[in-house]
Amino acid sequence: MFLEFEKKLCAGGLTERSSPLMGFLDAALEWNRNDSSIPLLEKVIQGLSINSILFSKPAEPYQTIISYLAETSKGVIYPEDCETRTFLHDLPISRTLDTGEIVTILKKRKGVIIPDLGLITYGMVSLEQAYVTYSSICFACFVKFFSDYLWALRNGSVDHLFQKTFSQVVKMLDPYPSFTGSLIKGPLDSEQLVLEAMDEAGRLTVENRLVDSYFGNISCRLGNILYISQTGSSLDNLTGCIDPVPMDGTSCTGITASSELDAHLGIIRETGCHTILHGHPKFSVILSMDCDKAGCDQKGKCHIQCSEERDICGIPVVPGEVGTGVYGLCNTVPKAIQEHDGVIVFGHGLFTIGSEDFYRPFSNLFHIENQCREEYFRRVSDLLSP
Amino acid sequence: MMYGWCGKIAKIDLTTQSWEIEEPEQSVYHKFIGGRGLAGHYLAPHIHLAWDDPEMPVLIFCGPLTHTISPTPGRSTFMSRSPLTGTIGDSSVGGRFGTELKKAGLDGMIITGRSSNTVGIEIKDASIQIVSADAMRGMTTSQAWAGLKSHGSVAAIGPAAENNVRFSNIIIDKHYAAGRNGLGLIFAAKNLKYITVRGTGKTRIFHPGNLKKAREEIMRLMSASPVISGRFGISKYGTGALYDLMDARNMMPTDNFQKTKFPDAASMNAHAYDKQFQPKKTGCRGCHVQCKKITDTGRSIPEFETMSHFSALIGNHDREVVMEANRICNEMGMDTISAASTLACYQEISGHPISSAKIVEVLLDIAYGKGSYANLGMGSARYAQSCGKPDAAVAVKNQDLSAYDPRGALGMALAFAVSTRGACHLRAYPISHEILRKPVATDRFQFAGKARIIKINEDVNAVVDSLTACKFTFFAASLEEYASVFSAVTGQSITGQDLLKIGERICYQERMMNAKNGFSRKDDDLPPRFFMEKKADLSDSILKPIDRNAFQKSLSDYYTVRGLDQDGMPVPEKASELGLEWI
Repeated sequence: MFLEFEKKLCAGGLTERSSPLMGFLDAALEWNRNDSSIPLLEKVIQGLSINSILFSKPAEPYQTIISYLAETSKGVIYPEDCETRTFLHDLPISRTLDTGEIVTILKKRKGVIIPDLGLITYGMVSLEQAYVTYSSICFACFVKFFSDYLWALRNGSVDHLFQKTFSQVVKMLDPYPSFTGSLIKGPLDSEQLVLEAMDEAGRLTVENRLVDSYFGNISCRLGNILYISQTGSSLDNLTGCIDPVPMDGTSCTGITASSELDAHLGIIRETGCHTILHGHPKFSVILSMDCDKAGCDQKGKCHIQCSEERDICGIPVVPGEVGTGVYGLCNTVPKAIQEHDGVIVFGHGLFTIGSEDFYRPFSNLFHIENQCREEYFRRVSDLLSP
Repeated sequence: MMYGWCGKIAKIDLTTQSWEIEEPEQSVYHKFIGGRGLAGHYLAPHIHLAWDDPEMPVLIFCGPLTHTISPTPGRSTFMSRSPLTGTIGDSSVGGRFGTELKKAGLDGMIITGRSSNTVGIEIKDASIQIVSADAMRGMTTSQAWAGLKSHGSVAAIGPAAENNVRFSNIIIDKHYAAGRNGLGLIFAAKNLKYITVRGTGKTRIFHPGNLKKAREEIMRLMSASPVISGRFGISKYGTGALYDLMDARNMMPTDNFQKTKFPDAASMNAHAYDKQFQPKKTGCRGCHVQCKKITDTGRSIPEFETMSHFSALIGNHDREVVMEANRICNEMGMDTISAASTLACYQEISGHPISSAKIVEVLLDIAYGKGSYANLGMGSARYAQSCGKPDAAVAVKNQDLSAYDPRGALGMALAFAVSTRGACHLRAYPISHEILRKPVATDRFQFAGKARIIKINEDVNAVVDSLTACKFTFFAASLEEYASVFSAVTGQSITGQDLLKIGERICYQERMMNAKNGFSRKDDDLPPRFFMEKKADLSDSILKPIDRNAFQKSLSDYYTVRGLDQDGMPVPEKASELGLEWI
């Protein structure tokens, strides 16, 4: 159990190999290794009704980013991406490794940032919750840091510390993702081929660090069946986690399908595509939140009510929340994606589509994310130019 | 001034036909919240009494979130000692009873005594009247509702309770059952046919702005939940949406749990009902999920449990019969799960299948206590015992298992066994993570880790039943979000983990009440068939018998985590730690 999440954390560049300390409690408490922090964490566990805990120092550049945001915040970090808005709400900070303070914070939120030392997150059902929260905090802070920098640059408020930290962080970024291999070729005309192709595309999306393990979903149409990843499944481990959903609605087995099932069905209806890949690549999310419209009366509601027709490098940007509500992205994405390689949802992520197999959606996910990253630094460069 | 709560509880004595208002200390509310928690607090001193002792109270409580804009606030708890199980008996029920109770200025009511004639209780704001209902004896619940609906929300019993059916329900507003534990029989024992309640008051909110914000956060999560709001979710299809999934996971109890796959499942699923009956959405007061499905002619689409047990469990392939069985059970005031389970038990013991055409007739015989099926009104466990074949009843503490085969979800197996009200899927609802993948998926074929998960989720659901809210909301939101709602409504600063501690207190008190009546480890067990190869035909299934040693180890772990001794008994030190008086 511990090994699975150690591997995920390291492979995703979220932590160094020796760092994660994980505890799991049923009737007795088990740890993945010995560590001098265990007595402190045991007290934390005693103060909460939980069954798992994760304490780890984020790998770079997350560590530098999180330390900066913690130092410049007033005790709580407020990212504005979809993940935080929907699931984490905000990111509280404990300035010290004080058990009482940590317990007080964790009674209210799923994780706590301890500047320079790491993140503590927990689960009430499984260690997976602790991992997902840890990963989400890293993602949210990354997105906030780069979003804030662009905003500050545009408003002339980048101070020395911010500039210095930004320069450090940029040097530590992963190289631009690239992929030169091949994927299973279409037509994907049997269930076995569909499952294998989905498994491969999902795994490669994570292995190439386009997204973290849980940040995305994938589907493939075969006849009248839509095969789609289940809610809460990992793109890099889809075995047994793909639901066959009859598109005529005659069975409710799709009740465990991804929360974006409606969006996937809508995309297929509007475009006739057969494959869909959705992920949360960071620079696509960051740029989707970059808007220079002054005095906008929708400010603060951009994620649900942006009325502007926006695009990044020709890729439409639309508002929409997770799922199927009035403001659900299922209402905006299907129409916007027609005649485009993909669509970016404000503060959330990117949808790409293909007609036969996953090569086009996969390569477009790469391509659009790299375009967004280039565009981000072009905008920075423009703003820095005299 | 109190926010959220009214600060008043009506104590009604049917023997003397009198009533008074109690104003509890604020600390009592802080300790037990409302709903199930507060009802348990007031039941505890009387739990040693027999269920039909006139002094055994029946308790009806709403919660601080009732009649607010909090998501899913419209439920209430009915509680007493169960005539079916002998344990505490409680039911969280929908409709608008809780809302009207709150609007009448009451957090709850405690009814004791026994009237010499059949009576009804009619509450209208500060007025409480006990009126003769002799003329209503024998009325079905819908007849009672039709005659009383102008008085507000209606809680009524039907013929089943009046004819001593152990699994009789109280039916709220015609369609909503306070079910499972035979609480209808408590009404009958007190000669109480009905209660109506109507109010005009408002709930005082401490911080409306914060409540609106907290509500929005929960609504956002609910919109993101496929189980609630998705194309195949319960908002669209009702709880019947689970039917296909249980079949797909080989967990559909078939032929009295002798099989786990129902060949006709595809034609008996929620989509088939939707297509045939084209129901509309409705639901509890103040709830936007609207999971109740009612046809234009007022027929109720069965809940998942009913849909499953009145088809697969008893071998019925006719949707119209399921609809009618559901209707008859509601009209008569009988629990659908126990009714179908008792038929299945009868079929197994007698070897005589009850044809689809005869099912409704048998249900009516049970409800009216007549004919050759009258003795099935004692419930499957007592019936099987009387036949010398106790193993044919698929029940825990005399309460029948709902429509999840525990061999397909081992957390569910443990949860059925340790539930404080007999076999109940709702106490910990491990189906949420073992099948529905919320908040994350767990391995349904492993006991590892399940003891603590079950304990924590029991505590969570005790809070949910006390706030009061709907458990379905918790497929999406958590106590983290509901703590913000609670604080905004009551002004009491609290965290999700603080609420969990209250949930732990509520659950431990229930264990204490059951222990007082002799319940211990011997009762926290599953029917033998789930551990035995030869008792089930699993040839069409991926399921295997449960490993008894692994089950027992998990049970022991649960006791450790819950702070009980290894016989499942509460200990004074833990009770004291939780602020509970030893009983």
